[in-house]
Amino acid sequence: MSRSGIAEQLELLPHYLGNHMALTFLALAIGIAISLPLGLAATRVRWLEWPILTFAGVMQTVPALALLALMVPILGRIGFTPALAGLVLYSMFPVLRNTVTGLNGVDSAYLEAGRGIGMTEGQLLWHVQLPLATPVILAGIRIAAVWVVGVATLSTPVGFPSLGNYIFSGLQTQNFVAVLVGVVAAAVLAVVLDLLLRLIEIAISRRKRMLGFVAGLSLMLLALATLMPAWSRPDGVDSEVPVIVGAKTFTEQYILAELLKKRAVEEGYSVSDLQSLGSTVVFDALKASRIDCYVDYSGTVWANHMKRQDQPGREEVLRLMSEWLQQEHGIICLGSLGFENSYALAMRKDRAEALGVRTISDLAPHSGKLSAGGDYEFFSRPEWHALRKNYHLGFANLRSFDSTLMYAAVHRGVVDVISAFSTDGRISAFGLLPLGDNLEVLPPYDAVLLLSPKAGIDAKLKRTFEPLIGAISNEEMRQANMMVDLKGTPVREAAEWLRRAIASDTSDTR
Amino acid sequence: MICLDGVSKVFGETGRAVDRVSFTVPKGELMVLVGESGSGKTTILRMINRLIEVTEGRILVDGRDTRDQDPVLLRRSMGYVFQKIGLFPHMTVGQNVGIVTALSGSRKQPACNARIDAVLSLVGLEPERYRHRYPGELSGGQQQRVGVARALVAEPEIVLMDEPFGALDAITRSRLQREYLRLHQSLGLTTLMVTHDVTEAFLLGNRIAVMKEGRLLQSDVPARLIRSPADSYVESLLETTLGQLERLKAIASEEAES
Repeated sequence: MSRSGIAEQLELLPHYLGNHMALTFLALAIGIAISLPLGLAATRVRWLEWPILTFAGVMQTVPALALLALMVPILGRIGFTPALAGLVLYSMFPVLRNTVTGLNGVDSAYLEAGRGIGMTEGQLLWHVQLPLATPVILAGIRIAAVWVVGVATLSTPVGFPSLGNYIFSGLQTQNFVAVLVGVVAAAVLAVVLDLLLRLIEIAISRRKRMLGFVAGLSLMLLALATLMPAWSRPDGVDSEVPVIVGAKTFTEQYILAELLKKRAVEEGYSVSDLQSLGSTVVFDALKASRIDCYVDYSGTVWANHMKRQDQPGREEVLRLMSEWLQQEHGIICLGSLGFENSYALAMRKDRAEALGVRTISDLAPHSGKLSAGGDYEFFSRPEWHALRKNYHLGFANLRSFDSTLMYAAVHRGVVDVISAFSTDGRISAFGLLPLGDNLEVLPPYDAVLLLSPKAGIDAKLKRTFEPLIGAISNEEMRQANMMVDLKGTPVREAAEWLRRAIASDTSDTR
Repeated sequence: MICLDGVSKVFGETGRAVDRVSFTVPKGELMVLVGESGSGKTTILRMINRLIEVTEGRILVDGRDTRDQDPVLLRRSMGYVFQKIGLFPHMTVGQNVGIVTALSGSRKQPACNARIDAVLSLVGLEPERYRHRYPGELSGGQQQRVGVARALVAEPEIVLMDEPFGALDAITRSRLQREYLRLHQSLGLTTLMVTHDVTEAFLLGNRIAVMKEGRLLQSDVPARLIRSPADSYVESLLETTLGQLERLKAIASEEAES
């Protein structure tokens, strides 16, 4: 699998790398264009130095993922714009700090000499301060460049594909070839950028005009190359507007996105995707018709977007949700795919038996001695608050994990209880017991196929996806997930297996 | 001609760095301002080209009050030779000298280059050999020659020098002193030089002004300064220097006898 796997991954490289470079170069250019004059101002107007450096410093300490994600609600957009804004803010600190340090560090004897021979303040800056501060400023730019290349991978969850797509989807679906391709490509880009900037630094300090020219030209060419159409995504068929399928960041989502794409291709559509999106970003993208369709879960919309805490039953949730989506956002819910992927508290069978626990109510009295693990969102979701309140759960401690690692954590006894997904193959593979929600606190989580307002008026597209409605059973989804998560089957093959399984179902019933 | 009229400088809390100083440097003279560090001599130099402003009194250059002149244009009209690192490390010798004319944009580039070469030759640096070198590649003496060339490139009538030869070894210092004296005379310059080296003051100055703690103790031609010192400090300053010379002569004769 490895050789063809690499070839398959490399096909995506021009698109991801091109995006990544375009984002990196533009963010750096804007970041530098803002930071240099700001740094200059900070050295001229004394009281500005503290607020400017503190602001940039704070931007630096905000975790990069959060910084980029925050730009989505702040700017009200997804994709390129928030990613760029986040990266610009992130790139500013090293450039600003080094500009200030560099300019302040110029020996006052040179300033005295410059003024003494009759330089105006502007001439002093241009002929003396900036040239003498250049090595320090360039060092700051080098740091910023390497950082931005790394952080640009985080543009993926806010809706702008980058080398981060390899890393996010690869980690989730155990595709380490993809992870490796993404990491190596990002590292090479960072090293090349750093090298070119280093050469410019050397050219300046050793006064090698030719070297500086060549390095500068290479940088320019690299930057220009990102604008070339050759980098644009490969899977769109010419002028036709492709159907864009969205996906969140877990295995099931990647498989379903692949399945939707296969279905659309069968009907003659060209397709494209926007994957590894944060769970609010994907919903915003659909609202704005930036993507055409994706699969969400009724309970998620119910609790997170509709802010409902009541639980009127599976059919009713589905009906009310469809109405709400249509009325509030013009989103069309085509219907349930047939399976449910609910949150379920799960623990190891042997532990559960030892404690005599079968339901969440049974668990509650023991919870003070137990520790619980959840995915990144779980403990901040309304469902968790409802569970805690209704069952009086008070775990000794709560730990968040990447959903891939969460199962391993409970399996190895690092935590006692996790927020498992009911369609995850690892529940049975790791011998876990999903605990009964005997008070019916958790909403139903029917997988529902949602179409954007724009895609919703395309009758042919609706007909294309209709055969998928009610077609996937819990068991089939669990099988497909298990193929990827436990056996390392590529997502594409798991999706193909699911497509065949659905096809044989329909022929059986006939 | 430079004329100081009751000039004082008060720096914030620290008090008077210069206290009611008056003297005149007549046109064509080389006046040396001598005194210990902290005596206020460099402050006077910096007030003349308005790197710092006077607190009281006034300074006239060629009869015009410096406060009525644009400080940048005032500085461009005078040559200035700095104590230490006056040369910019990122510019070649040619650029360091040429920057002065480039700043005002008064000359065309070819004329500029010719002037740079001329002034480098004047200070004893072969233009072909030195024009493209960087200050870091030159000896201390060569660097200060470039400093003098830069001060002279715009053909000023007045040159201010702040301990120009202080950091050089004795032989180089002596050679540069003599060469500068020759330039001063042949170009008809008016020079005000600051130094703490009494010997240098007597070797170069037509007039010598002695300063202590911000006050001018005496300003006169060298001979009269030796004959009738106005103050015990001036007297001891001269005696110390003369005493050193006597001692050197004595040692020299002892060596010769033995």
